[in-house]
Amino acid sequence: MNRYLLRKSVLYLLTFFVAVTIDFAIPRLMPGNPIDGLISRIRADSTASQELHGYFTESFGLDQPLWEQYLNFWRGLAHGDLGPSIAYVGSSVSELIWAALPYTLALLVPAILLSYIAGNRVGALAARRKVLDNTVLPVAYVLTATPYVWLALVLAYVLAFQLGIFPVSGAYDFSQQPAWTWEFVRSFLAHWFLPFLTLFLVAFGGWAIGMRNLIIYELESEYANYLQALGAPSKLVRKYAYGNAVLPQMSGLALALGAVVGGALVTEIVFGYPGIGTLIIDALQNRDYFLLQGVFLLIIVGVLIANFIVDIAYVIVDPRTRAGIQGS
Amino acid sequence: MDAAESRADPGPRGQRFELLHFAFHNSKLVIGLTVVLAFLLLAIVGPWLTDATPFEFGHPTGQGPSSENWLGTTAPGQDVYAQFVHGLRSSFIVGALAACVAAGLGMAIGFIGGYLGGAIDEILSMVTNIVLVIPTLAVLIIVSAYLSVGSLTSEAILIGLTSWPWAARAIRAQTFSLRAREFVSLARLSGQGTTKVIVQEIAPNMSSYLFLTFILLFGGSVLTAATLDFLGLGPSQVMSLGLMMNTAVSNAALQLGLWWWFIPPGIGITAIVGGLYVMNVGLDEVFNPRLRST
Repeated sequence: MNRYLLRKSVLYLLTFFVAVTIDFAIPRLMPGNPIDGLISRIRADSTASQELHGYFTESFGLDQPLWEQYLNFWRGLAHGDLGPSIAYVGSSVSELIWAALPYTLALLVPAILLSYIAGNRVGALAARRKVLDNTVLPVAYVLTATPYVWLALVLAYVLAFQLGIFPVSGAYDFSQQPAWTWEFVRSFLAHWFLPFLTLFLVAFGGWAIGMRNLIIYELESEYANYLQALGAPSKLVRKYAYGNAVLPQMSGLALALGAVVGGALVTEIVFGYPGIGTLIIDALQNRDYFLLQGVFLLIIVGVLIANFIVDIAYVIVDPRTRAGIQGS
Repeated sequence: MDAAESRADPGPRGQRFELLHFAFHNSKLVIGLTVVLAFLLLAIVGPWLTDATPFEFGHPTGQGPSSENWLGTTAPGQDVYAQFVHGLRSSFIVGALAACVAAGLGMAIGFIGGYLGGAIDEILSMVTNIVLVIPTLAVLIIVSAYLSVGSLTSEAILIGLTSWPWAARAIRAQTFSLRAREFVSLARLSGQGTTKVIVQEIAPNMSSYLFLTFILLFGGSVLTAATLDFLGLGPSQVMSLGLMMNTAVSNAALQLGLWWWFIPPGIGITAIVGGLYVMNVGLDEVFNPRLRST
């Protein structure tokens, strides 16, 4: 068990190292001087651009040798210093990220967990009921092929703009202040529901298909046949099949994380939800590269942590990894 | 598949007909293929059926579908049908190109790692696992923000460069299991070089698997491209389905109720990707006799 987690930890540390290096290298590898590019994109006038030039040179530390820049980059990172924001003047990138992160997590965590649980349940049910299989499977295929952006657009258009059931834009009504009042919680939930539903539905399709196929595969395997031949109740056989099918689904969870995070970003943009996705679009529109680089690191670190949690859960669920039988 | 069959002489003709028989009787394959081909046809022929071009203004502004503009017009007065069919073209081009790049990389890394094993395999697996964990979209966003992608080709290459890891891992696993088979050992003992063994012995024996991988990469690339285009990170001079949704949102199509502007691109993407996925399951059943009974 410890060896398994150790191997994974080393992999994640390496990945983090690579990601930080990419984050450092990309602005410096791109054609032309990054600072000139930055300034021309900000479209400042000449006196301002000269000041900006000095400011950026200092911020980037471009007057120093490359290896020292690289060390400084890590040093800044260790202090949580991701640079100043251009899109939101006066705020630092880390402040902005800390303010936006809770909203994105509020969407992502319930959407991932609930779609995983519901998808597995429904998929397992579909695997043994023909009627359910013929209805759930096509729907699941359509859902999993739907772009997050588009489902968000359709839900926003129908349920918010046409029927007026749900509000859009923001995480709560503008007249409200964040507080533990009934009014605020209701407003928050009303704004939260549609983006959550978008993420839930698309992810649900994938889990249902995966579980359905795995259960069918497991029910045809030798141990299932043997149990049936022994006269075991089919409920028990299905229980064992489910237990075995959950393992590949869990490794799938780790792989699917990146896609769901990507989906959350664009969904937030459609609904004007003030999370990381909205931060990205603001950064892109204002050419705020510090912000973009900070968000990039945040997403990677987030996905790595989530992967690690899945690995730990895997160890708890799978007796083979627990006993150290399976190396990787 | 072709190369392998034409060499093994006695049964191939019958075997091929048998495969075709199962292909035509597999409803999933037929449905998926029909949907994909229908949209492919629309992407090829569609632009010729109208005089309108995707970026040209001068049509009525924000009008619903009519005999003049089949899918209506955008708020600034562009023809939605022209945008849609050109967008479909972009989707197919980016999807196919990106899948080629990703499949090429995945095959190269998977074959080499799985066949050679040892230290090279360890290193390649490590690289694969690292790229696998890094969320594709985050890398694509930051790279294309700096590069400002100008053409479908560069967008496709970028997507292909980030989407190969799972393919490499799957191909490596398959290669690893084939490596120990007698015919591969025989080829190696008879003095054939690594490349020759991989190309002539291993690849043909997993050609159906490679084809399925390509289809999945294709579908995934279409979705990724749509997301990038929606964020405004794709080429701005080429119409794409994601760009349609991007301009629809920034021009308040939702508020103005111009549903014909943002509904078609989503249907196009969902149909292509869904068609590919369903086709993939059907093909899997055709290639793999054990799955046929279900």
